[in-house]
Amino acid sequence: MTPRTRQLVGLVAFALFVAVVLLLPAWISGFRAQQFAYVAIYVIALLGLNILTGYTGQISLGHGAFMAIGGYTSALLMAGNEQFGQTGFLQIGGGMKDVYTIPIAGLVAGLAGLAFGLPALRLSGLYLALATFAIAVSMPSVVKRFEEFTGGGSGINLFGIPELTGGVTGVNVLGRNLVFNDWLYYLCWSIALVLFAVAWLILRGRTGRAFRAVRDSETAAVSSGVSLARYKTLAFGVSAAYAGVAGALFAIATTFVNPDTFPIALSIFLLVGVVVGGLGQLAGLVAGAIFIQFLPLWAQGEGIAARLPDSVIERTKEPGAPAIIYGVVLILLMFFLPNGVGGVFRRAGQALVRRRYSRSS
Amino acid sequence: MVVASFADFMQQVVSGLAAGGVYASLALALVIIHRSTGVINFAQGEMATVCTYIAWTLTFNHGWSYWPAFAATILFAFVFGVATHRAVIRPVERGSVLRVVIVTIGLLIAINGFVVWQWSGEPQALESPFGTDTLDIGGVIVSAQDVGTIVVTLGIVVLLWLLFQFTKVGLALRAVAVNPDEARLVGVRVTWMLALGWGLAAVLGAVAGMLTAPSVGLDPQMMQPILIYAFAAAVLGGIDSPLGAVVGGLTLGVLLNLIEVYSEFVGTELKLSVALLIILGVLVVKPSGLFGRAEVKRV
Repeated sequence: MTPRTRQLVGLVAFALFVAVVLLLPAWISGFRAQQFAYVAIYVIALLGLNILTGYTGQISLGHGAFMAIGGYTSALLMAGNEQFGQTGFLQIGGGMKDVYTIPIAGLVAGLAGLAFGLPALRLSGLYLALATFAIAVSMPSVVKRFEEFTGGGSGINLFGIPELTGGVTGVNVLGRNLVFNDWLYYLCWSIALVLFAVAWLILRGRTGRAFRAVRDSETAAVSSGVSLARYKTLAFGVSAAYAGVAGALFAIATTFVNPDTFPIALSIFLLVGVVVGGLGQLAGLVAGAIFIQFLPLWAQGEGIAARLPDSVIERTKEPGAPAIIYGVVLILLMFFLPNGVGGVFRRAGQALVRRRYSRSS
Repeated sequence: MVVASFADFMQQVVSGLAAGGVYASLALALVIIHRSTGVINFAQGEMATVCTYIAWTLTFNHGWSYWPAFAATILFAFVFGVATHRAVIRPVERGSVLRVVIVTIGLLIAINGFVVWQWSGEPQALESPFGTDTLDIGGVIVSAQDVGTIVVTLGIVVLLWLLFQFTKVGLALRAVAVNPDEARLVGVRVTWMLALGWGLAAVLGAVAGMLTAPSVGLDPQMMQPILIYAFAAAVLGGIDSPLGAVVGGLTLGVLLNLIEVYSEFVGTELKLSVALLIILGVLVVKPSGLFGRAEVKRV
């Protein structure tokens, strides 16, 4: 495959994918549409994390915290903090329509990412994983501490407020009335597809090459004139901005935010999603997002129970059992599929290419 | 700031040392594993939680008294640690860092799930082996639980030091940490030594869990903040230095306890964030920590 045909294949695949995304709600229930809206949200977060972890080689176990920043920003701009007794200089009026809060949430999270990227410059590998893990673990207590902004443990409610588009009556888009779940689905997927294109544009050129150089060897990157400080903080900023957008959509989709909306498990799932999707590849990310959304549900449900004896089935319904299955599946994946689903795609592609070449010779 | 008497202050220092002893044990566990395998075990806290539940079951359901249960749990922890290394870590050890991180996170999730599944999420009470008495040392009132915790953790640390410094196994363990390939050439069974390191780390974790459970209450999430404090302690002391882990743990325990009590702004809620700031601060200013060697990488 020449680069040009490869590009063409990629473009056709992307167009096909867009078509499937557009038409899917016609066949699935509103409940499923909502689940797939969450898949889109995870795709956005994974796109960002993949720029940081997959392309630049910096492990982050704290992306849930950047999602939280985005989610709280969005919720605050919609609902305001007067309800928590905050008045005066630090009062935030609220009243902004949900859709407009999304880019601002991305911006705020992006700035937070840039700020964290600076100390993170000194860290690499496991140390960075550790520091970001600590961010994710300490996030809920910070949220509870500053309750004038976050509503403390009970959080910020968005359900039924006028700023939430389509919450009660549905939305008119291009002359069609969409119920809330379908609206959510299209909103999340359009943003996901646009951000996918943006990520592709960032990664295909000079910047993407610099990211990969940093990942493969910092020393070699520096010797070829790539500024580590610049590209590492840039990767952190962009990646956090993606997480912020995902967090804002998450807040809108769940119609509330509280400290449990963005638990430590979310940060873990995101990293897992990137690894399952295949590091440093965009195509596998949808698989990673589906994995994040559906494996916990599948682990609770009948998916696995159907193949076990009755006495065991009873016990798989108890709390904790899904987590056991999830953890074990994760470990097995690392044993048998170290390059993720994307790796399988890539190997299949390579096999095809090899066959073509061997035929022509 | 609360104006406090000296006796109050000393009392807070002692309970800080007790908490610090627990952080030090877990930090030491992290350091032992990181030195020998170059891995940070994110599941260290959950492994400790399981062991603590075993101790609880032995005392509560089977009527054992505390110390026999303590000994049995330590034995279990050792076997558990060795088995974990053999079964789960060894297959991915030579791969990328990320793979190992994900595997230890998978362990974290699975073990946490197992604890909830087996013992439910309800908090349980593990009785304190030291009772609820208080001691009066020169006008400073300290609880027997705090003093006992300090004595036991320091005792375990000294035992480990003796093991590492004066036995043949300890020598082999140190050799593997310094240079696994040359250690193998002189006849050290490297993979078993690594597994042994995991076993010892699990033992330290179990001790930390059993000592901390009587005061904070036993529940499946018990060790998660403690793991972060242990990370902070290990980083503060230098992640490759056992002495650093102990000093870092004790320092952090006292520091955090004083900040928690005397700073209204931080209180209990921002304690974890202070630990995070310490991790970041140390890594940025002096990544090798107080006692670590600066890392030199060959290109």
